[in-house]
Amino acid sequence: MAAVDIPAKHDMAHGDDHDHDHEHHQSFIRKYIFSEDHKTIARQYLFSGIFWAFLGGALSLIFRLQLGFPKMDMTFLKPILGKWIQEGKLDPEFYLALVTMHGTIMVFFVLTAGLSGTFSNFLIPLQIGARDMASGFLNMLSYWFFFLSSVIMLTSLFIETGPAAGGWTVYPPLSALPQALNGSGMGMTMWLVAMAFFIVSSLLGSINYITTVINLRTRGMSFSRLPLTIWAFFLTAVIGVLSFPVLFSAALLLIFDRSFGTSFYLSEIYIGGEALHYVGGSPLLYQHLFWFLGHPEVYIVLLPALGITSEIIATNSRKPIFGYRAMIGSMMAITVLSFVVWAHHMFVSGLNPFLGSIFMFLTLIIAVPSAVKAFNYITTLWRGNIVFTTGMLFSIGLVSVFISGGLTGIALGNSAIDIQLHDTYFVVAHFHLVMGSASFFGLMAGVYHWFPKMFGRMMDDKLGAIHFWGTFIGVYLVFFPMHYMGIAGFPRRYYSFTGFEVWKELYLDLTGFITIAAGFTALFQVLFLYNFIHSIFRGRRAPQNPWRSNTLEWTAPINPGHGNWVGEIPSVYRWPYDYSKPGAKEDFIPQHIPLWETPESNLSHEIEPGAVGSGGEKVAMDRQGDIEAPTIVNNKEEKGRIDVADSDKKE
Amino acid sequence: MMHDEPQMPLSMHPKKFALWLFIVSIIMIFAAFSSAYLVRRAEGNWLEFDLPPVFWTTTAVLVASSVTMQWAHFSARRNNMTGLKLGMVLTVLLGIGFLVGQWNAWQYLVEQNIFFGGNANDNPYPANPSGSFLYVLTGVHAFHLVSGLVFLGIITVAAFGYKVHSKSMTRIDMCATYWHFLDVLWVSLFVFLLVNH
Ligand code: HEM
Ligand SMILES: [Cu+2]
Repeated sequence: MAAVDIPAKHDMAHGDDHDHDHEHHQSFIRKYIFSEDHKTIARQYLFSGIFWAFLGGALSLIFRLQLGFPKMDMTFLKPILGKWIQEGKLDPEFYLALVTMHGTIMVFFVLTAGLSGTFSNFLIPLQIGARDMASGFLNMLSYWFFFLSSVIMLTSLFIETGPAAGGWTVYPPLSALPQALNGSGMGMTMWLVAMAFFIVSSLLGSINYITTVINLRTRGMSFSRLPLTIWAFFLTAVIGVLSFPVLFSAALLLIFDRSFGTSFYLSEIYIGGEALHYVGGSPLLYQHLFWFLGHPEVYIVLLPALGITSEIIATNSRKPIFGYRAMIGSMMAITVLSFVVWAHHMFVSGLNPFLGSIFMFLTLIIAVPSAVKAFNYITTLWRGNIVFTTGMLFSIGLVSVFISGGLTGIALGNSAIDIQLHDTYFVVAHFHLVMGSASFFGLMAGVYHWFPKMFGRMMDDKLGAIHFWGTFIGVYLVFFPMHYMGIAGFPRRYYSFTGFEVWKELYLDLTGFITIAAGFTALFQVLFLYNFIHSIFRGRRAPQNPWRSNTLEWTAPINPGHGNWVGEIPSVYRWPYDYSKPGAKEDFIPQHIPLWETPESNLSHEIEPGAVGSGGEKVAMDRQGDIEAPTIVNNKEEKGRIDVADSDKKE
Repeated sequence: MMHDEPQMPLSMHPKKFALWLFIVSIIMIFAAFSSAYLVRRAEGNWLEFDLPPVFWTTTAVLVASSVTMQWAHFSARRNNMTGLKLGMVLTVLLGIGFLVGQWNAWQYLVEQNIFFGGNANDNPYPANPSGSFLYVLTGVHAFHLVSGLVFLGIITVAAFGYKVHSKSMTRIDMCATYWHFLDVLWVSLFVFLLVNH
């Protein structure tokens, strides 16, 4: 059957048989560092993402201390923060820098690169049945651009004037005038350079993902048989290709304003009583360009998490996903709508109110596909034989935080309400639940679920459950109270609010409580780190198909080499959600099992006219023609099982 | 009859497909600039000036380079090596000519006191966004054109080494697509500027 591989595919998947044979001769550097294997690149993204997550989390703990305990003596942080602590107090401008870097790191480096980078890379080839990405080289380049960007962003934390401090949205004029803030000098320049590389990396990645999904699917893997994970990664990449270039344009104009004396975003402005003679620029222009990326970006962060959740919830409810087509439809609707709602971030920026009402209308429409998805998760869970793996816990957690955070989005989408709530902690609560927590839960769910495929071992379930409950309770304790503070008008990005009597009396206890809850949540992440690292080396060996799942990655060897499948790539005969099919012998039928092997469970439309009428002969013939692929796969499955049994005995 | 045999999904050459996606992302960059241009222009305080007349010449040169590119492509398909080499060299030369012309256009702007940057503190003719936008649009296009020239260069070298012919068309196909795109992009930018100036 190898002969049917179309030539195009051969000359692209360089990885193919050639590399495969020579795998053992690969140098350490080519295999682990400058690797073109999508699985290695995925792991590189995962490790980088985890590193950034801990760093971003640490930054937030520092500014939470300031918010929760404004009178606290922070001298003990001096060894780390140096001159940013003066007389036991955190430097106010450094506070802003911390908030900015926290946001940038979490949104871009953790939840975009860490999430899409890991799972799109890891799962796309494995789940569509491809040997590797369309271009392994560009894929490798994508990671190293990200790495370069990371190095620059990280370095900016340590320079004398401090990192960028104008908020993760870096609005001009604050970001455009080096004299506006300490962080608007060198720190801001490095931010822009780092983001430029980040965008290049992200574009290379997205182009590769789209090309691979469209062109390298295995036999039988039609779009209507793609797992929802792949649909989600695919649409995420489409959003990325369309929106990141716009951020690039915005950043380029900002660079010109900063360093070449143009005035795209700057108009007549006074700093320290001195007039700067910029003419004719418009800061609003920047906001339009930024949010044209910014809003799609929040879906770039969320969609992969939703895709991962769809897969895990269906697998562990042992039920077909409810509304497969509705899920795809709503993701497509979200993709389109995410481009036409950006100005809901600008209701109070001087946007024309009529335009505001159009954007309000479009924004509220996006709640519909979001609600469809939430509904479908719940109905999939409904009366399922739920298996509470750690991945499943985090997926259910995602559904919960997605709903809690999504509901407040509907409130914010109304411009009349948003005028009151904009730039208060209400917005902070909204996006930390719906974006921060939901995507983080998706990331964690994915790590626990695909860890066996990534590292050939299992993570510890008990520690996982503790991690889940600590995190789940923790994020609600942290972010739920923020709604109340926001409704009371408590502004975001303020270094200190104790000057305002009302808030001081009403909310000092509450902010202190939030800080303690944040510390508590952080502790559980350390537990995760322990579990993660320990399991890579010492975890129980993974069986072939630990979650009894239908998708193709579980037919590849437990530790797949470069090229993923030994011998032929399995063909696909059915959608990925044949769980608990009535009449079937087991409660799952993987995608590579042909319909003619499961006559007992086939539905009426799955029996092909040819096969019914003309009886056994044809079916038998087909079997012979095809006998190769399925048997090889089955053998491997058995080998995998034996492996496990052996290693279990040893331990 | 293999009625149960699953179908190989429809697919295109992955590299060519990726090139189209790359083109889409470039289109988005220019869509951002040109819509920013329109939004900013609508706000007033917009310096009006004449477009450099040399744009007409450079446009003609670039369109001509597309024609020679296409000729090189046809020749390659018919294994006419002389035509291929000549076509590629002409395309490269015309591409360079275009860049020289764009440089002249910038010089013309400077002579008219239309500057890219500079505010009233240090310049008697402070830059207005209308001028700066013109520099950005032409500059970013020129930057991509340089990348196109590098691509052309690679294919030209390959053509002289007889590595491009009717059985090995992928690279020249992609090169032609990209070069035509850069041409179309410039013509659209020029029309856009003519209409919105
Ligand atoms: C039900 C759908 C949603 C609606 C109607 C909605 C609406 C809004 C609105 C109107 C704002 C602006 C608030 C303000 O700044 O005054 C906002 C902020 C935000 N939303 Fe949503 N949202 C929704 C879902 C989401 C999702 C799914 C995500 C991410 C995955 C998200 C992430 C964010 C972020 C990050 C911000 C704050 C950005 C900032 O100012 O720093 N939202 N949302
Ligand atoms: Cu938004």
